[in-house]
Amino acid sequence: MEQKEVLFGKTLDELKVVVKEMGLPGFSAGQIADWLYKKKAGSIEEMSNLSKKARAQLSERFDMGLTPSSKVQTSADGTKKYLFPAHKNLFVEAAYIPEEDRKTLCVSSQVGCKMGCLFCMTGKQGFQSQLTAGEIINQVRSIDESDLLTNVVYMGMGEPMDNIEEVLKSLQILTSDWGFAWSPRRINVSTIGVVPAMRRFIEESEAHLAISMHSPFDEERKKLMPIQQVYTIEQVIETLRDYDFGRQRRISFEYIMFDGINDTAAHVKGISKLLNGLRCRINLIKFHPIPDSPLRGTPHERMVWFSEQLNKKGLVTTIRRSRGEDIYAACGLLSTKTLVKKDEQQDY
Amino acid sequence: MSQPVRRKKEVFPTKVLSNTEITPGVFSIEVERLHDFIPGQVVAAAINTSDPLRLYSIASGKEQPFLRLLYDVKPGGLLTPQMARLQKGDTLYVSAPFGRFTKAPDDAWWIATGTGIAPFLSMAESGQTQGPTLLQGARYLTQFYYADFFKTAFGERYLRFCTAEEHPEVIHGRLTNYLKESDAVQAGRKYYLCGNANMVVDVRDLLLERGVPFENIVAEIYF
Repeated sequence: MEQKEVLFGKTLDELKVVVKEMGLPGFSAGQIADWLYKKKAGSIEEMSNLSKKARAQLSERFDMGLTPSSKVQTSADGTKKYLFPAHKNLFVEAAYIPEEDRKTLCVSSQVGCKMGCLFCMTGKQGFQSQLTAGEIINQVRSIDESDLLTNVVYMGMGEPMDNIEEVLKSLQILTSDWGFAWSPRRINVSTIGVVPAMRRFIEESEAHLAISMHSPFDEERKKLMPIQQVYTIEQVIETLRDYDFGRQRRISFEYIMFDGINDTAAHVKGISKLLNGLRCRINLIKFHPIPDSPLRGTPHERMVWFSEQLNKKGLVTTIRRSRGEDIYAACGLLSTKTLVKKDEQQDY
Repeated sequence: MSQPVRRKKEVFPTKVLSNTEITPGVFSIEVERLHDFIPGQVVAAAINTSDPLRLYSIASGKEQPFLRLLYDVKPGGLLTPQMARLQKGDTLYVSAPFGRFTKAPDDAWWIATGTGIAPFLSMAESGQTQGPTLLQGARYLTQFYYADFFKTAFGERYLRFCTAEEHPEVIHGRLTNYLKESDAVQAGRKYYLCGNANMVVDVRDLLLERGVPFENIVAEIYF
């Protein structure tokens, strides 16, 4: 049987095409968007301001496309890790991080990742598939705490800029008046610095941007992050300097700290030189060791010292509190590798 | 909305000299060469200047008069299905070369799968054939692109691993099994990896397990 298309994840423009093709009145597109993203309908049948015939027509061609999580784990600190099925029998994880003043969901944009960063658990799983915009925002919609969310960060599995079309589409749905109508200032999208896609993101979205730096030095960053072979951190920063981000839009740099590797005075100097004059902030992140990793996390006292040194240089620096480590929901630990069926006929 | 000051990477029109399907679904395209490059660099390419650019490793030598790229046709992809239809005389837009997967030392091991062979082909075609050892993995024998060239250039330093088919000149089995067991894996050597992400992370993990420090592993990813 042919699989139906899904409605959830379609933009208003795409819905306009759908209703036109089905011979429905033009305004039905807005009504459908309303049910999908505002009224949070669970089924096409619930779309009660569409005629019965229209609902029947829609149901014939479409599924809603909402997917409940298949597993939830809760950390001692209240963080929750949700497992969501994706297409092709694959899975992704999302991490819900409650704090006093904010409730953040960290969403995935790909199943696995192609970027091969040395310190990342998702990277160790290789790449399996892109997520659709619907699968990305399904994570926002389908967690138990959906209505409590104050922030969404695209910092889960995958490199968002390597799936830029679907990521931009998901952002459009989250921030448009016809969609979730969130302020883009509640959304932060991370990247390791895929420059062309990052340009598109900067130009076509208004969400915050977080860059994974992890080293200011070329040779060192190349070993940690293969992307540095193609797009250097210098180029990424040079690109950022091309834009006026205004006062509301934030650029931040993520910096995972590796003991004896990237936590020296020379690194403080290197970072301050690199970011000179750029309005931004730096988040220092504890490294959560992954199996067989040659890297170890910098001790907390050293992180504090590093943070102080950067602050002295005029760079607003904070140490990000680690959350959900006991359920492997912390930064860099999301992975569904054990659920990926091994291809026995692989080529290496 | 943030206003752009500068446009995306500049691309230049080049004439296609040839476009050959070297094995089903994999093509070698040769276009006019406009710039000098360092073997191991990439170019960004597109059929129309308004399309998003895609990156390809250069697969030709620095003295060769053309620029060669290898590519898999991705069904539903934006560029490669169209690229496969290009004929001699058609135009492909190509950026100036960039990237730094370069300067592999002479005693390095080069490890590749699929079209990840491209930067190594460029290095070898540029004359770097006396020291390196090339390990290439493939599912089928037809996927050892440019094998005849590498056999001549590298002799016994060209090791092929095929998982699905057997051939007297090819090791039947996984490249990763060889890396797990071979005494030839040495911690002090440099290892240059190029191919899909799954190969890069699996091989890197294996090398780390074998005691190779991460500083000695240089990876180029395909995305």
